[in-house]
Amino acid sequence: MLIAAAVLFLLLRLLPGDPANALVSVGADADQIEAARRQVGSDLPIAAQFVRYLGQLGRFDLGASFVSGVPVLEEIGRRLTLTLPLTALAFLSAVLLALPLGILAAVKRDRWYGGLISIVSQFGVAVPVFWIGILLVTAFAVKLRLFPSSGFPPSGWRDPLTALHQLALPILTIALVMSASLIRYVRSATLDVIGSDYLRTARALGAGYGEALVRHGIRNGAVPVISILGIELASTLLGAVVVERVFSLPGLGSMLLSGIEQRDYPSVQGVLFVSTLLVLLVGFAADLTQRLVDPRLRGPSGARS
Amino acid sequence: MTDAAPALAPPASRRLTPAFLVGAALVGLHVAVGLLTLVWTPYDPAAMTGGRLAPPSLLHWAGTDRLGRDLFTEIMIGARIALAVGSGAVAIAAAIGVTVGLLAAFASRAVDDVLAATLDILIAFPTLLLAMLIVAAGDGANLGTAILAIGIAASAIVARLTRILARRVLAMDYITAARVSGTSWLGIVRIHVLPNIWPTLIVNFALQFGLAVIAEASLSYLGLGAPPPNASWGRLLQEAQATVYTAPFGAIAPGIALVSLVIGLNLFADGLRDVADPTRRRR
Repeated sequence: MLIAAAVLFLLLRLLPGDPANALVSVGADADQIEAARRQVGSDLPIAAQFVRYLGQLGRFDLGASFVSGVPVLEEIGRRLTLTLPLTALAFLSAVLLALPLGILAAVKRDRWYGGLISIVSQFGVAVPVFWIGILLVTAFAVKLRLFPSSGFPPSGWRDPLTALHQLALPILTIALVMSASLIRYVRSATLDVIGSDYLRTARALGAGYGEALVRHGIRNGAVPVISILGIELASTLLGAVVVERVFSLPGLGSMLLSGIEQRDYPSVQGVLFVSTLLVLLVGFAADLTQRLVDPRLRGPSGARS
Repeated sequence: MTDAAPALAPPASRRLTPAFLVGAALVGLHVAVGLLTLVWTPYDPAAMTGGRLAPPSLLHWAGTDRLGRDLFTEIMIGARIALAVGSGAVAIAAAIGVTVGLLAAFASRAVDDVLAATLDILIAFPTLLLAMLIVAAGDGANLGTAILAIGIAASAIVARLTRILARRVLAMDYITAARVSGTSWLGIVRIHVLPNIWPTLIVNFALQFGLAVIAEASLSYLGLGAPPPNASWGRLLQEAQATVYTAPFGAIAPGIALVSLVIGLNLFADGLRDVADPTRRRR
């Protein structure tokens, strides 16, 4: 975590451009610039800035936005109420879609539909998120007029049905893109299981194909898939930037984007810090789940890669 | 000379899969179109050649944009830009990534640990996000910053792969033999490490190329890529989305161009992997 904070800090600070520039107008004289620099603390040496930054992090103080003056943490909290459910629902749909399809593609790889699933998922990983989004908007919002093309109701989740209706297309967009790569992993994990000796032994001992796969396959196949799930979930969280732009949703991603456009360093830093935290949490959860599933991983220490 | 050499030059007829040929054909088509735009385009890309937002027709194969410019011309130029960004970004990622990866592999345990942890964290961020930050820090968006940003962001992945591959080679007995016989570490890199890890790296570069094309389109879509008049596919798609209610066809053609290039690159990479590493033939 400390390393992550340091990398973030360095990344943002070593790049050209002074954060104080956001505070002053174009024609500011040297005195005004100096005052602005004092206000944001960029006149201090870099080490002192880092200590100050760490101290603030320790108190969960992410500073206030240069642009609006609203505390960054408060703004992030508000936006997370959109981004977290969006990510979670999309993730859930992707898993529900990818698990059966991936297993089917592996088990029935000699049939036409097994091959078709593989080919479609191959296409899916090559398609940028925003194009899927635009196509879905064209199909469902413009042609069929089933779902709205963008926005989120100001009433938020107090009116859950409206909110879900608004989020249907964004969720579908993320779920489609995510499940395409998931299907590939599930398929290859299932193929490994199918080709394994223990499955053949189970079959030889009289277990039916389906029974053998369920009793021995799931636990073994799950381990690599869980780690991929963790990575996918993390990148969806961070990758929400694009989807939120496609559907003009006021989430964490659009906060990051507008922060970057307006050089609002506290906002950018805050969003990145919180998302790093979430990503690490997800990774930790994936690790824990893997240990639950596979007792061999519960050893005293993990192997060094 | 090396173990890898025979694997790189297989009897072509047996190893080249149809998928590889399709991939190579798709990539080749894009390269040809990209080069063609340097000398000829169907229309002047800046000229208003037809009605605004006209649907596809014989005169305008992909229709026209909101200023009446020929979309097919712009898509052809987009191929050139995508290829330029892809090759530039991969070149940067290769230069930084391979260097850092090799240094980490040769460095002391402590330095290696720090480098590895830093790389892991950088990789946890999607390429696009890192590239966004780098673009944002530069002086406004242009083609150069986009290439640089995507290249730097991708270099972490290349560096990690290089480090792992190089460490595997360095653990071999013949490296110990080379060291004992007095070969310098640069000599070891040149004679033993690079030839052995090269095939795997090339495959990864092809995949990174595809990712770079997507990243560039996404940056342009977000308004952080090459500014007009560079007809990036991402910007074409963003403009098409703005007019989706009046001209829904505009989003189709640039997307197909983009996806066909990326799929071509992925198939090409898969084919290369089969050639470079016969043990990983696809099932």
